[in-house]
Amino acid sequence: MPLIRRRLIVTLAGFGLLLLAALVAGPLIGSTHISLAKVFDRSIPFADNTDAQIFFIARLPRVLAAALVGAALATAGVVFQALLRNPLATPDTLGVSSGAALGAMLAITFHFDFAFAGIASIPLASFAGSIGALGIVYALASARRRGLSTIVLLLAGVTMTAFFQALILFTQYLADFADTFRTVRWLMGTLDVGSYAPILAALPIVLVAFAMLSTLPRSLDLISLGADAAAARGVNVVAAERMALASASLATGAAVSLAGPVGFIGLVVPHLVRLIVGSDHRLVLPASALFGAAFLIACDAIARTVWSSGELPVGIVTALIGGPFFLWLLVRK
Amino acid sequence: MLHASHLSFAYRAGAARVIDDVSVTVAAGDLIGILGPNGSGKTTLLKMLSGTLAPSAGAIDFEHRPLAAWTRRDLARRIALVPQETHAPFDFTVLDIVLMGRYPHLGTFTLEGPADLAIARQALASTGTSAFEDRPFATLSGGEKQRVVIASALAQSPALLLLDEPTASLDLGHQLDVQLLLAGLNRDRGVTMVLSTHDLNFAAALCRHLILLHDGHVVAQGPTEDVLTPDTVRVLYGVDADVHRHPIAGHLTVTPLARVP
Repeated sequence: MPLIRRRLIVTLAGFGLLLLAALVAGPLIGSTHISLAKVFDRSIPFADNTDAQIFFIARLPRVLAAALVGAALATAGVVFQALLRNPLATPDTLGVSSGAALGAMLAITFHFDFAFAGIASIPLASFAGSIGALGIVYALASARRRGLSTIVLLLAGVTMTAFFQALILFTQYLADFADTFRTVRWLMGTLDVGSYAPILAALPIVLVAFAMLSTLPRSLDLISLGADAAAARGVNVVAAERMALASASLATGAAVSLAGPVGFIGLVVPHLVRLIVGSDHRLVLPASALFGAAFLIACDAIARTVWSSGELPVGIVTALIGGPFFLWLLVRK
Repeated sequence: MLHASHLSFAYRAGAARVIDDVSVTVAAGDLIGILGPNGSGKTTLLKMLSGTLAPSAGAIDFEHRPLAAWTRRDLARRIALVPQETHAPFDFTVLDIVLMGRYPHLGTFTLEGPADLAIARQALASTGTSAFEDRPFATLSGGEKQRVVIASALAQSPALLLLDEPTASLDLGHQLDVQLLLAGLNRDRGVTMVLSTHDLNFAAALCRHLILLHDGHVVAQGPTEDVLTPDTVRVLYGVDADVHRHPIAGHLTVTPLARVP
């Protein structure tokens, strides 16, 4: 087996090229055909260049949102799987997604009308919901002993998810008809962000999460073998687990606040990546970020084109792909 | 090398002590076995000696410095711990697992180089596991896994190797493999070892010193020949046993005869 340095370079180059191709092809795909040559034809003024308008105003924000959300959710999936020592864990497992969804539901139903630094109330509320959910689950899992209890983390997450779902239904019961429609559409997960502003708001959070994660991959390898084994190899387990949980939750919260709960990315992408690069987190983490971005761009391209009378929410596409994939994973071995 | 004095451990303040006033001295080159029934505190004691569990009371000095003053990373360069069982939830290869032993020697953003790979391959060779370096760890048998995890610990280049029941759930052949491997590492490479085990004959064949634990107390400790007697076996396990020197193997053997009423 070649040295890790070479494998890392090959992995980054391969998945990087894949993402680059998706970023270029993504905005070209859609109900209206546009030409890449015309998009970048500087001789036509932007106001008269409909191809450039479609490319830069209608489609590129959506493709960039897909890239950001896909990268964040896929990476968070990798981290939760290592942390919980369970390859079937997802960013939804710990209640972070449903906490975010509850926040958004409350903001829509009760017409929260505030904005902070140009970010609207719905993404703010959903981000607050995700952090709140993490706080509760973390407090429960670390209440009984120093360090995190994996089993309590898992059970508390599943319970919190069910509880948040009940609160979401309760909120919908209180909402009027128009608001209910909006909340249901939000819960389907959509990348129709409308402009670059929401992407720019979520980007720094995801970048901070990725910067934190970049210090962790080797520790995650060892933590996946057990907390005691990792400690004996020199990992500061409590600090690494805390850092991993915080960064994965930040990434999930930012992604969900941008696009709603787009499911299965954090499960499908890491598993496909592991089939190609193996299980070393120094390869799996960056490869999942790059492939997750490309994968969600592709899913969104399907969502935008498969339905002749309009656009499907991307969350439906990822669920239709991810559900059967999950079941295949369960019975594969 | 390591001196632990008056160690005690309880999971909560006021709770029963899992380890109660235990003192241990490990000199370079020692091969020490910890014996005791289930729940006697063997694993807890090993974790404290490895620095991964802080004692509730007492002090441990390692290489003339309090264990608590070492950073986790520095300590892992000197002490390695082989846990009872290692389960990999992902498809790591054998070489992946062994290379993880280099963790404490690398910086946060440093990747392993050829020197690290050479150390890992040497650890594989000295545990007789070179043949399956590319195989998925999860597909190995129990005995093969145990030898790979020992190789991973050796890749840490430790001065002190701690092993928690290294032969638990291994068949007779694999038990002997591990016994010969550990004896060879101690004899030829001077690796100091402390191990816990339920297998009295394995301990008698391998270890020059024993620590006998019961309910967190030391019942006896010292040279194997002095400590392993029918009396101590009765106190430890509630079993009347015959202890005598094996005519061919040359070490003590223990044969249980009857349950003490």
